[in-house]
Amino acid sequence: MRPRGGLAAQRVRHAWWMAAPMLVVLAAVGGWPLLRTIWFSVTDSDLSSLGDYAFIGLENYVGEYGLLASPDWWQAVGNTLLFTALSVALETLLGLGVALLLNQPSRLRTLLRAALLVPWAIPTVVSAKMWSWMLHDQFGIVNHHLLALGVIAVPLAWTADPQLSLFSVVLVDVWKATPYMALLILAALQMVPVDCYEAARVDGVPRWQVFRRITLPLIMPGLLVAMIFRTLDALRVFDLIYVMTSNSRDTQSMSVFVREQLIDFGLVGYGSAAATCLFFMIALLSIVAMGLLGKTVERAAR
Amino acid sequence: MSAVNAAEGSARTSQRRAAPGRRRFPCGPIVYWAASLLFIFVSIFPLLYALSTSFKQGSALFSPTLWPEAPTFANYSGVFTEQPFAQNLLNSLLVAGSVVTLSLVLSLMAAWAFGRVEFRGRGLLLMLILSASMLPQVAVLSGMFELVRALAMYDTLGALVVADLVLTLPFTVWVLVTFMRQLPKELEEAAAMDGVGVLTLVFRVFMPLLWPAMVATGLLAFIAAWNEFLFALTFTLSTEARTVPVAIALISTASGFELPWGKIMAASVIVTLPLVALVVVFQRRIVAGLSAGAVKG
Repeated sequence: MRPRGGLAAQRVRHAWWMAAPMLVVLAAVGGWPLLRTIWFSVTDSDLSSLGDYAFIGLENYVGEYGLLASPDWWQAVGNTLLFTALSVALETLLGLGVALLLNQPSRLRTLLRAALLVPWAIPTVVSAKMWSWMLHDQFGIVNHHLLALGVIAVPLAWTADPQLSLFSVVLVDVWKATPYMALLILAALQMVPVDCYEAARVDGVPRWQVFRRITLPLIMPGLLVAMIFRTLDALRVFDLIYVMTSNSRDTQSMSVFVREQLIDFGLVGYGSAAATCLFFMIALLSIVAMGLLGKTVERAAR
Repeated sequence: MSAVNAAEGSARTSQRRAAPGRRRFPCGPIVYWAASLLFIFVSIFPLLYALSTSFKQGSALFSPTLWPEAPTFANYSGVFTEQPFAQNLLNSLLVAGSVVTLSLVLSLMAAWAFGRVEFRGRGLLLMLILSASMLPQVAVLSGMFELVRALAMYDTLGALVVADLVLTLPFTVWVLVTFMRQLPKELEEAAAMDGVGVLTLVFRVFMPLLWPAMVATGLLAFIAAWNEFLFALTFTLSTEARTVPVAIALISTASGFELPWGKIMAASVIVTLPLVALVVVFQRRIVAGLSAGAVKG
């Protein structure tokens, strides 16, 4: 069954030619800009004269006015981490619940799946605007009903109040991303062999126990993959926060911070340093995650 | 043998229960129905409310009734007359269309190489492609800005097509590789017997077979490009070059005092309804594509 040398070699050559256009494009639009960003981060480049810069070493990171000495940067790091932790935790719990609902054969299933895809398909900018309107402090429907029900005594400034704005952003992210989480978990649920449930049912195991002892351990790898995907996604959040609270310090994420420095202030060197930090944070986390999920990823890459 | 008897007994008592594989939900039917209806309501309510607001004008905007008392199309006509929204829609279509076409062609070719040929460095390259999908957009922002300027594409749609490829290519490649692997080996052998070239093989033999996967992947890429905001915000300047998300994010009144919520919601409904329709029609395909990209990959 060994392939003949000539033909196999030709096949490999063809494979490289077929992969080349995609690899070249991806290197040009991904690899090269990334390397340039890292390079810019050790220069004093600014937006009005991008090509005219001097090498300044790690000044942008550890200098007197460097990133690591900037309270605004640390605030952005803190906001991003809090946002990520809250939204991923809530999305996992709710996503698991929705996935269990979707996994149940029922007349409602098609409707439920269609309804769930709605928040996922709506552009983030649009959902940010829709929710900004619903959470409007004076005319918003949320305040209106909460006041009518007597839950709150005065209208809340959901997106302006520094105590609330981050939670409002989390709320909208949970609304938008839970469906995605649910679909990933559902895929894991559907791989659980039916025999497992059958055996448990025959043995008269209570359903809650079936879930805890059979379902949950079996879907754990899928659940972890979904959580990692969402975590990496949440760490680079931009659209939602930019549109709902613009450049407010109370909610500014790392990505929003980077764009503000790069474009609004024109500090390409400094902004690139912040972008580089975010990149290495995510890269490190991905490597750790892949190590943890070694087997799952290995199986997929084969 | 008592275990067998017990099993038989319980099987008999549960004969009228659901067929095998049913009742996977860990709580009772009341909880199931209540939770499902709640999720359906929460998922679609913001869109319904946006729809309702888009038909309201003046002081009617400030009453939170769902059914507008004096429905008006003024917001819809306003969106198109007071700003180049038709142009923005066309821009979004052009960008998303080009991104989808380029991504699918490039990744279909690459998917054959990665999915069906064993060569050295394949695993490493696949890993690199997968990690490109983790890349934060802002990490390529300054480099991309330089690239876009060097290509003299600043403030043009070309800039957005180029930039969006970095978002779509990693997952279109990944998903198509997954599907390409599942096709039978005999196909290729038969084609090789006929002396068919690689390009013909990929585009004439595999592409028709991969049609469902192409639709799912293409839709996901379309949605990604259609919704993209950061690059579109950064690489365009004039209102005529904006795509829809940027246009909606930056809608303001001439006075700049209070946001024109009626028009914002009208514009939101216009861009969302086609997407929702697509998604509802293709829901099975999309779910398959999403899970192929994530869980299998």
